[in-house]
Amino acid sequence: MVEWTDFERQTIADIFGKIDYETVGAAALSRCLIVYPWTQRYFGNFGNLYNASAIKINPMIAKHGTTIVHGLDRAWKNLDNIKDAYTELSILHSETIHVDPDNFRLFSDCLTITLAAQMGAEFNADVQAVVQKFLTVVVNALGKQYH
Amino acid sequence: MSLTDRDKATVRTFWAKVAGNTEAVGTNALSRMLTVYPQTKTYFAHWKDLGPGSINVRKHGKTVVDGIGAAVMKIDDLQKGLLSLSELHAFQLRVDPTNFKILNHCILVVLAITFPAEFTPEAHVAVDKFLAAVALALSDKYR
Repeated sequence: MVEWTDFERQTIADIFGKIDYETVGAAALSRCLIVYPWTQRYFGNFGNLYNASAIKINPMIAKHGTTIVHGLDRAWKNLDNIKDAYTELSILHSETIHVDPDNFRLFSDCLTITLAAQMGAEFNADVQAVVQKFLTVVVNALGKQYH
Repeated sequence: MSLTDRDKATVRTFWAKVAGNTEAVGTNALSRMLTVYPQTKTYFAHWKDLGPGSINVRKHGKTVVDGIGAAVMKIDDLQKGLLSLSELHAFQLRVDPTNFKILNHCILVVLAITFPAEFTPEAHVAVDKFLAAVALALSDKYR
């Protein structure tokens, strides 16, 4: 089980309490598809992904980005048992969507950078460390049911 | 994932903004790395102070970012341009190349914070590719 300090719990709660899920989700997912274009392989039915401009205004991508960031809710609301909280999603990504788990790391990096741009100087090293730890734990949990 | 002409132009344009700010960007990236990825501190055991205000961190942060700026000038042949730095990292410093990726990520975070409007996804992909190419050139002489 992962140990979380009071500072870590507070920081995570603060961030998810104040971000706009639509803005952050759309920005993070579109950034991921632009910066790591091979991730587009999972979005064949999502309409026009022809170039960065198209990706940025694609409403299906924006909506899905929001869904993904909401997918993090079950982590910060269950910090003491993230592994079990993600069993269902892990099986889904492995057996239904067949997503290479390395993509979770790529998305996490883009989400980190999106949060940094949103939060500015407030996204200091200690906050980044918390976010990095949180996302690493989630990524591990999402990969747990792959075999 | 080689750099296209467009990537190179994007990097040159974007990095011109960093040019005036190398100590601030470098210090921020390096000190962030030492906090977020504590295993990187093992390379700096000879520094007494590893805090962000530390003179060593500031000086070294500037050195690293200036080095990247110099690499921008040699963007057309990074392997040749970074030969002596590669030898330094390979034979003397022996920094595990995984750490180049870690520092690159921290640099990208600092760029996002410092230039929230200009660090668009398009700029991000070009800079990310460039930093990866720099890392590759730096590890060229490792074995």
